[in-house]
Amino acid sequence: MVVSDPKFSIRSLTIQYGRHVALRDISLDIRAHEIFTIIGPANSGKTTFLHSLNRLIDLVPISRCSGQITLDGQDIRRDLEVEALRRKVGIVFALPLPLPISLYENIVYGLRMQGVRDKSRLDAALEKSLREAYLWDEVKDRLDMPAMNLSGGQQQRLCMARILAGEPDVLLFDEPTSGLDPISTAKIEDTLVELKSRYTIILVTNNVAQAARVGDRTAFFLMGDLIEVSDTQKMYTVPADTRTGDYITGKFG
Amino acid sequence: MSMKPRIAQKIAFSILFLATLLVVMPVLIILGIIVAKGASAISWDFLFSMPRDGMTAGGIFPAILGTLYLVLGAILFAVPLGVMAAIYLVEYASDNRLSRLIKLAIVNLAGVPSVVYGLFGLGIFVTFFGFGASILAGSLTLGIMILPVIITSSREALESVPRHFRMVSLSLGASRWQTIRHSVIPHALPGILTGMILGLGRAAGETAPILFTVAAFYLPRLPQSIYDQTMALPYHLYVISTQVPGIAENIRYGTALVLLSLVLLLNLAAIILRSRFRRKKKW
Repeated sequence: MVVSDPKFSIRSLTIQYGRHVALRDISLDIRAHEIFTIIGPANSGKTTFLHSLNRLIDLVPISRCSGQITLDGQDIRRDLEVEALRRKVGIVFALPLPLPISLYENIVYGLRMQGVRDKSRLDAALEKSLREAYLWDEVKDRLDMPAMNLSGGQQQRLCMARILAGEPDVLLFDEPTSGLDPISTAKIEDTLVELKSRYTIILVTNNVAQAARVGDRTAFFLMGDLIEVSDTQKMYTVPADTRTGDYITGKFG
Repeated sequence: MSMKPRIAQKIAFSILFLATLLVVMPVLIILGIIVAKGASAISWDFLFSMPRDGMTAGGIFPAILGTLYLVLGAILFAVPLGVMAAIYLVEYASDNRLSRLIKLAIVNLAGVPSVVYGLFGLGIFVTFFGFGASILAGSLTLGIMILPVIITSSREALESVPRHFRMVSLSLGASRWQTIRHSVIPHALPGILTGMILGLGRAAGETAPILFTVAAFYLPRLPQSIYDQTMALPYHLYVISTQVPGIAENIRYGTALVLLSLVLLLNLAAIILRSRFRRKKKW
């Protein structure tokens, strides 16, 4: 689906590990300030797709990668340095992955790596991002505690705050609530909707209902193919492909 | 007719326990004999004075000091080199024929007999580079000998840092080097340190590598520079046990006790460090 003035534009993306084709000829556009959700059963290429957007895919030995991805019209392989790309396109992983350092140092890690030394600037970024992730009130008195001591839900919001501190454009979420309880999940979902006005959000989820709750548009991936992409409401009421309908209604997957 | 399983089990456990006991016995006996025969020699004077009367009296200070110099030199040489090589192998080298060959070479290096290192040191450092028999040549030889220990333990330490630390760091826009520097090495440091101490113990105890490269039979004064020869504990022990007649038994065993204590202390430090590290890590 082609949109005008897209944030991300993906054209004919094919990624292959050994003989296994993880993604086959994917083309789609992602608008600025939308929550773009990606659903599909396990091993359908959702995470590979997400990781190709900030080139985390470079960390694994892939045998073939073709096609083009542009961010604001810039080719992410040709026109952008990989570090700059990853600062613009932050990611929250399926499991909360705090680094084994203090909460404070986790949040300012990205800024420190950019060479920011000014304590007041770090403090400001810390408070702003923790507030955005709705974690500030819970942790403001114990910023020096090891991040590993937070609860699972808090850790995941810490990971959100950590990417927000770097002032990104796009936020990638890879099944961010798969390890969380319903209350923590609801908090994360509320935060996503809240953040939409400032960021573009791409959410991979294995929870069909979650995609319906927060998504503006949804893509359905199956075995490396993009089956369908449309407005979430439309996909959930009148799916264009029978496989989409079967997956949404739980007939397989 | 078969035995009852319960009895068979009892017999099996008894045999296994006996085997374990047999393994521990020699260690205890060696320790016991050395302590029993050598403890009476240990005194302030023995540890901190020069040998006198053809080494039949006085202390072993030059040998202790010499061993400390050699160990320090070996560590200064081998640790930076070994750790850097390990970082390269774990973090940068892709898994290809060359890197596999390098890893194989390192494993083989660990299996080279120590006397071969001695000959190697004689050929390269003493003769070719012209350092002569000196602390420099001996330290470098010992350093090369412990390189495989350092590299192997550093590699293991680096590999045990969870992969997701690297992924998280890179995903936050850190470069590969920043990631290694800030999110990998700090967490591998205790493991690297453990390898360093094990290497230290090995370097302190070996005789063959220093035989041709640095060790002196007897020196009336302490070494003045790294180009001087020095006495060293393992070689001194060999000398007073086999080459010089009429040395009191407690001096010989006392020297062995000092050497053994030094090496055991170093190993103990490594063990404590490792267990503290294990308790502290939470991932």
